[in-house]
Amino acid sequence: MNWITNYVRPTINSLFSRREMPENLWSKCPECGTMLFHRELAANLNVCTACDHHMAITPRERFKALFDGGVFTEVRVPEPAADPLGFRDQKKYPERMKAAQKATGEREAMLVAEGEIGRTPIVAAAQDFAFMGGSMGMYVGNALIAAAGRATERRRPLVLFAAAGGARMQEGILSLMQMPRTTVAVQMLREAGLPYLVVLTHPTTGGVTASYAMLGDVQIAEPGALICFAGPRVIEQTIREKLPEGFQRAEYLLDHGMLDRVTHRRRLREELIALVRMLLALPPAVAADLPPPEADAAGPAAPAADPAPQGETKA
Amino acid sequence: MNYLDFEKPLAEIEGKAEELRALARANPQMTVEKEAEALDRKAETLLKDLYKSLSPWQKCLVARHPDRPHCRDYIEALFRDWMPLAGDRNFAEDAAVMGGLARFNDAPVVVIGHEKGHDTRTRIERNFGMARPEGYRKAMRLMELAHRFRLPVITLVDTPGAYPGKGAEERGQAEAIARCTQKCLEIGVPLVAVIIGEGGSGGAVAFATANRVAMLEHAIYSVISPEGCASILWKDAEKMKEAAEALRLTAQDLQKLGVIDRIVKEPVGGAQRGRRETIEAVGRAIEVMLKELVGRKPETLVRDRRQKFLDMGSKGLAA
Repeated sequence: MNWITNYVRPTINSLFSRREMPENLWSKCPECGTMLFHRELAANLNVCTACDHHMAITPRERFKALFDGGVFTEVRVPEPAADPLGFRDQKKYPERMKAAQKATGEREAMLVAEGEIGRTPIVAAAQDFAFMGGSMGMYVGNALIAAAGRATERRRPLVLFAAAGGARMQEGILSLMQMPRTTVAVQMLREAGLPYLVVLTHPTTGGVTASYAMLGDVQIAEPGALICFAGPRVIEQTIREKLPEGFQRAEYLLDHGMLDRVTHRRRLREELIALVRMLLALPPAVAADLPPPEADAAGPAAPAADPAPQGETKA
Repeated sequence: MNYLDFEKPLAEIEGKAEELRALARANPQMTVEKEAEALDRKAETLLKDLYKSLSPWQKCLVARHPDRPHCRDYIEALFRDWMPLAGDRNFAEDAAVMGGLARFNDAPVVVIGHEKGHDTRTRIERNFGMARPEGYRKAMRLMELAHRFRLPVITLVDTPGAYPGKGAEERGQAEAIARCTQKCLEIGVPLVAVIIGEGGSGGAVAFATANRVAMLEHAIYSVISPEGCASILWKDAEKMKEAAEALRLTAQDLQKLGVIDRIVKEPVGGAQRGRRETIEAVGRAIEVMLKELVGRKPETLVRDRRQKFLDMGSKGLAA
């Protein structure tokens, strides 16, 4: 007809409809109810800016914030046999897998990467609670073994970020066998004299806590993280009494001697750098020899906790 | 005899035979023996049929049968000079875990196992075979002892799982299990495990990370109880039969998956109907497994044990 209907209108429409819109610009802190703008939240590593409540963060986001300049390389994980038991509950296991892959955009529940933190080469592995509850099946076992293997091969420390509901029931006994398997991986590091640092994040429970997640040389937890073998509901059913305030939370475990430290996510990177360098007998990292990772182009500048003198920061 | 639900038809027949015999005892002129024997034969055939093809859920019930021989029965029958050793040296003694020195065919060994108890009093005392962190720490201490004095370790696994309690959590249940599994992987002596009843999740792995794992024919070994699995995945605890099926927790499936090395036959009608025979069969299995391992170098034992678990799961069940 004319250029107004053929050209202008679609262009105007596309301006409104095709704009990159994150699904939720605002999210509500489950703890204090504050509405948080997505950029602000991402810049603060998914920690509530009002109450410091630590929300879930994907392994990829975590690695971007952890490694120098947000640069890391993924370590390949050997693919295990798919659906070894032919498991079926209300859904088939392969269907559940596909749904989880679609929802997270990840292959499986653990991501392994290598890179540098404070110019110290490390291998890191992070579990994804959004992927079937971060559950430990053969892939997660393979991932930890691959991480430990790469670490020993290159003589690098391994940093693990744990988050899991436990073993993956859909793999039955083979998921249970990941407890000894991953323990062997930890022993590989131990025998090679390499540090193995564990960061327990919300939640870490069941067979994961009862294997590689509790065997670190240093055990750190994020504030408020639920860390346990048996969950609070199971215990309440067993002993039929109310559990104390804060039971099985990171701070409670710290009080009971089960952890070395409880550390805010924003200070985690610095602490890991310091720990790794001390355990490897390296000189202290030069403060601010690299810019903090770019959280978001439009986000606020370096977090306040960064002691770096502003003048030296190469932006 | 404690009859399981699926054994009810059997209970009826055996009850009838017993009734007839009681009647005959009261009236000596009655001759019932022929009929009673017919019933006996019928019961025998039925028992054989029932146990020929137990479903996974029925196996769970048999594995938990209160009359099955427990750890203590095996220790008393198969070992000499049993010297129980107590305590974790940190907090307490845990009666859910038996452990100590003994002689097996004259050779000194360390024996460790879960004990469920056999009546109300002992079940409470043993906490139904659910160990607390102290139990795992005691086991670790004994494994360390075995390692230093070059004694083989024999573990008998029979637990619903590690105890889910407030104190157990506060004292590091997860850490205790993790370290115990690690200890299993470290010791330079033969380590053989027999799953004699229930192999419940992490609480079982902490003892069963062994060079050789044997399992009784109707024992189970699983990442979660069928009831727990049903309530999580089916949102209905009543679906435990389906869950038991899906979990592949029977000795037969586990052998196909390469998780266990051998199956120890149970008498017809399960271990609870032939305790003596079962115990002896387990004794023979331990003997065979130990023979394969004794004399090997400590490094070889540790390396093989680790490799065994690293390789595990490479083959699935074609289902």
